[in-house]
Formats: sequence, structure tokens, C-alpha cells
Amino acid sequence: MWNYTEAVHDHFLHPHNAGPLADANAIGEVGSLACGDALKLYLKINDKDVIEDASFETFGCASAIASSSVLTDMIKGMTVDEALKLTNKDIANALGGLPKQKMHCSVMGQEALEAAIRQWKGEPAVPHAHEEGKLVCKCFGVTDAQIIRAIRENNLKTVEEVTAYTKAGGACGECLDEIAEILAAELKQKPVKELKPRPKLTNVQRMQQVLKVIDEEIRPQLAADGGDIELIDVDGKRVVVSLHGRCSQCRSSNVTIANLVQRLLREHVEPDIVVEEA
Amino acid sequence: MQVVYLDNNATTAVAPQVLEAMLPYLGDLYGNPSSMHTFGGQVAEAVDTSREQIAALLGAEPDEIIFTASGSEGDNTAIWSALQSRPERRHIVTTRVEHPAVLSVCRYWETQGYRVTMLGVDSKGRLDLEEYAATIGDDTAIVSIMFANNEVGNIYPIQEMAELARERGVLFHTDAVQAVGKIPIDLHHLPVDMLTLSGHKINAPKGIGALYVRKGVRFRPLVRGGHQERGRRAGTENVPYIVGLGVAAQLCAKFMQEERVDVARLRDKLEYGLLERIPECRVNGDIEHRLPNTSNISFKNVEGEAILLMLDRLGIAASSGSACTSGSLEPSHVLRAMGVPFNYAHGSIRLSLSRYNTAEEIDYVLDKFPGVIETLRAISPFKG
Repeated sequence: MWNYTEAVHDHFLHPHNAGPLADANAIGEVGSLACGDALKLYLKINDKDVIEDASFETFGCASAIASSSVLTDMIKGMTVDEALKLTNKDIANALGGLPKQKMHCSVMGQEALEAAIRQWKGEPAVPHAHEEGKLVCKCFGVTDAQIIRAIRENNLKTVEEVTAYTKAGGACGECLDEIAEILAAELKQKPVKELKPRPKLTNVQRMQQVLKVIDEEIRPQLAADGGDIELIDVDGKRVVVSLHGRCSQCRSSNVTIANLVQRLLREHVEPDIVVEEA
Repeated sequence: MQVVYLDNNATTAVAPQVLEAMLPYLGDLYGNPSSMHTFGGQVAEAVDTSREQIAALLGAEPDEIIFTASGSEGDNTAIWSALQSRPERRHIVTTRVEHPAVLSVCRYWETQGYRVTMLGVDSKGRLDLEEYAATIGDDTAIVSIMFANNEVGNIYPIQEMAELARERGVLFHTDAVQAVGKIPIDLHHLPVDMLTLSGHKINAPKGIGALYVRKGVRFRPLVRGGHQERGRRAGTENVPYIVGLGVAAQLCAKFMQEERVDVARLRDKLEYGLLERIPECRVNGDIEHRLPNTSNISFKNVEGEAILLMLDRLGIAASSGSACTSGSLEPSHVLRAMGVPFNYAHGSIRLSLSRYNTAEEIDYVLDKFPGVIETLRAISPFKG
């Protein structure tokens, strides 16, 4: 029997915001019947970019239903930008934690949220799964980008953990070696430090720190792929950069910015920095 | 809360008569059956009595019964013994729907260079006897096929398959953990060479089982050491549990005929009732050749763990072939072998009854169960 928290039980037995939302203007769907869990998230986003209402329909186990329910509670009243900053960890924490083997339920919540916002922004409706990265787990349709993200955001150390968080490798097991390689490559990189509360930065401090992180952390990583980065502007928490060399031509340069530059700046400077390309 | 226990293929209640018979051997009668003194000797008699009771249930000779600690040990031992006693034979035949106690053992031997044939099943979980016949060859060391399936309850044609194995000179083992005590087994007429049973599936406690090995079949022990069980399984006998297993076997022999009818009637009442009240569900398995106590039903578009937890809140204990319940990510290997579609496989529930269930309990379940499925379907994104 799973050791679920009271919060999981409560949200499972009495889910909040269950059922379709008639006037939704953003819908995100992830998962499938074959995978054993699926979530359809409905959002109503107003003209101030605030999520006014949210609801869900979920096929899955108790923790999938509870994750969906608590997610809709969390994002109501958030702006789209705030919502995009939610991680799967936030969802799991709101439930007082999930058993490790069930963490993929929280990942599903986060992915559905992103998919819905993408749809609202008019970006291709394809779940981000198939857009970035290469398919690793054919059984559950998990890409290397999803695996890397789960590793980084949750500080995963073993292949088993990767399977628990993403489902990758959980069926036929054919891709377990590939997951091990991805994991080894990730672990060799500087380990992601826990976010510590930091004092508020002045504009000058922020600018200095951003420059330092770009020089010491980001540029070397891009250089490894034959690319480079230039800081154009720091306007409050908005950081504008320009990418050169191979990065700028790369089809997935948006991904590079979002996943790498923003992640590193958020990690080392401030957790709510937004990176834009000039 | 009163629990309606419908998970008897997982484990059963210890029968009061069994517990009562065991207690003296957990108290004053603590002797070692191997001792020369009367104090130990009286305990040895109790072990012999149990052996006779089990032999009587199966139509076997007491000498053919070896006590084990579990069904898994019986299965491991049977396959080990067959491979060790005929080392020149390098082929094992089994099925895709076996319990892991056989399946993982066969997979292990595969890594040790053995060729393993895993027979597939059709959509009702039935084996193809022609395919089976074509598989057994001169190189086959052992056939290991379950008597009845734990998940869907299918009873396999052991008589025909064992006869064929004997004609070809191949050892035949059956994991009868789910069949013993539920359906008649007469080893006088059934040519299997080895048979595994487990105590806790027949109202004895956990931690005790037995392996039947036909007289004349070459045997190699898995657990070596002392001379217990005539050198076939070392370790001081677990006397209280052995006594309990004997009484449990005796109860099975005594009540099996009427229970087969009574339990099946309750099971059918439950199954028909659920099918009648809940749209879009299907029974998994071969309903014409099935254990009298087992029903495996799939509910479309809902997930098994969610069903189980809601039932649990209502005091109903069942189990599921869903991926989420096991901690694995895939639905049951049995349902997959049967090709049950995903939208049904994830929502499978196994209900397994016992002689202790009542008609009132079934009425309660029939009253509550449809609401659970309705609730979950209402929040499922998949409709129709």
C-alpha cells in the first residue's frame, strides 16, 4: 500500500476543480491511456494574463488525481509568468510530498500546465515532449530533454529515480543504458545547488552577478558546442542576451535560452529572472 | 470498520481450527522432531500426521510431501531439482502468465545458458495445446505450468499437458498454489511429477508450504544441510506451521465440494451484479474454466489504483492488475499476455472470495461499487 499523505487522500477523495471548464481559453493535454495516466487541464486566462479559473480531468491513480487537483488550486490567481515558474517539486510539496515512484504524477501536472499556456500563446500544441530533444523511452514517449530537466530540477542521482520521475525505462527497459548515459553526463556537470534565500539585489549587484555567471558558467558550456553569448541589457529582472555561433542557428535556440541561461541565472542570481533573446 | 475481504488470492484468513491446532506447538510442545527422546518424538508424530493430511488432500503418498517455507521455495526447488538431475537437458518450457516465482526463476536460468520457451495465451488467457506439444523436445528438462492463474483464475488443462510430457519423458511441474483446496486434485490419476502448494492461500499461516515430488522422480535438494525431510530439504522443521498446514488441508478436503458451489454462487452474484450495474466493463479470463472464487473485471477508462483506494475507504479489500498498484509502470503481465487493451487493462480489479464471505457482504459491495466507477469516470478525460 502506498504511503500517501493526508493531503493526497483529501485531494483524491474530494478533488477540487474537477470536470471540464466551459469558458476555458487554454487546454493542455498530456499522457495517454496506454501510459496509464493522462491529464487534461483547462485554464481561463483573462486579458491581464491572470489565470482566473482552472479545472482538470484526470485518468490515473490517486496521486495523479491529487496532483491535478492541487495544481488547479495553486495556479488560480497566478499570472501566466508566475505559473510557468512552477516546478513539479512545488506540486509535490503542496501535497506534503509524494512517494518517489509517484513523482511522475507531479511532472505530468507541470507538463500539462506548460502545454496549456503554450496553446494560449499560440505556440504549436504539441506537448513540449516531442518538440525538444530526442525520443529516449519509446514505451512512454519520453525525450532526453524531459529526462535532463527532471534530473536537474529534482537533483536526481540514479536511473531508478529518473524512472520514478519520468516513467522513462519503466516498461521494456531497453532505454535504461541510454538513461544511465544521460545521467552520467549530467552528474559530471556542476551539481545543482539547493536554492538558498538570498538578500534582495540592487540593480548594480544584479548586473554584476549576471555578468559573472555568464562568464563563468554559461559561456564555457555554450563554447563546448561552438557557441557564444553576449549580454545586451539587464532591465530589472529581464535579462536580454544575444547568442552567437552555432547556438544562434540552432533550431532549438529558444530551448537553449530557456533551459540553460535562464536556469543558471535563476539558480545563481535570482529565482525569478526572465531571459529574452535580443 | 468491518472489512469485506475480497482478496483471497493474495492471502487468506487463518482458520480458527488451524490456529487452535498450532498453539500447543508454540507453547509446551517445542521439541525438535529429530531428537531421540519422547519429548521430541511426540512432535515428530504431529509432523507425520500433517504429511498424511496433505497427502490425503492431493491423492499422494505421505513420503511424496516435502515441507517448504513458501510457494516460491517450492517453485524454485522444483525447477532447480529438474535441471540438476538432468544436466544434459538445456530447455525449459513455461508460460507467459506464470507467477513471478516461476517466471523470474526461468529468466534467471535463461541467463545461465538455458533455452526458455514461454508459451503465449489467447485473449481469454488460454494456452494452445498444439503449440505446447510442438515445443517439448528431447532437450527439454522441465515443463512448469501453473494449475490455475492467480490473476484471472483460469484453470489450465494440466491432465493433457502432463500426460504428453510423460509420453515424451519430460518432467512436469505445476505451481498449484491457487488451485489446491479450491478444486479437486488427484495425483493418483494426474501424471505430474512435482506440484507446489502454499499454506497461506488455504487458510494456514504465511511462511509454510509444501512441494510434492512423485516417488521415483530424481530429486536434488535446493537447501542442503541436515537430514530433515529425508535429506530433501534441510532445516529444523517449522512444526507449529506444519501442523497448521495439515489441519488446513484437512479442512479443504472436508469442505471443498460444498464450497466450490457456495463460493462460486457468491462470486457469480457479485460478477453478474457488477456487470449489470456498471456499463462498459468486461470479465477477463476463461469463464468456463475458472477457479470458483475468482473474478477479474476491467472497467473502461478508469485506473485500478484509484478504484482500489476508493473501495478501501468503503471497507472493501480487493486488488488490481493496474500498473500503479505494483510500483511498476506497466499493467499486469497476465493481462498484457492476453492482449487486453490498455483502456481496460489499467482498470482491472481482481475480486477473490473465500468461504468466509457472505451474501450480505456481496450486497454491500454491489451497492457501493458502481458509485466508485461513476465518480472516477466523471473526472476522467476519456469518455466513451
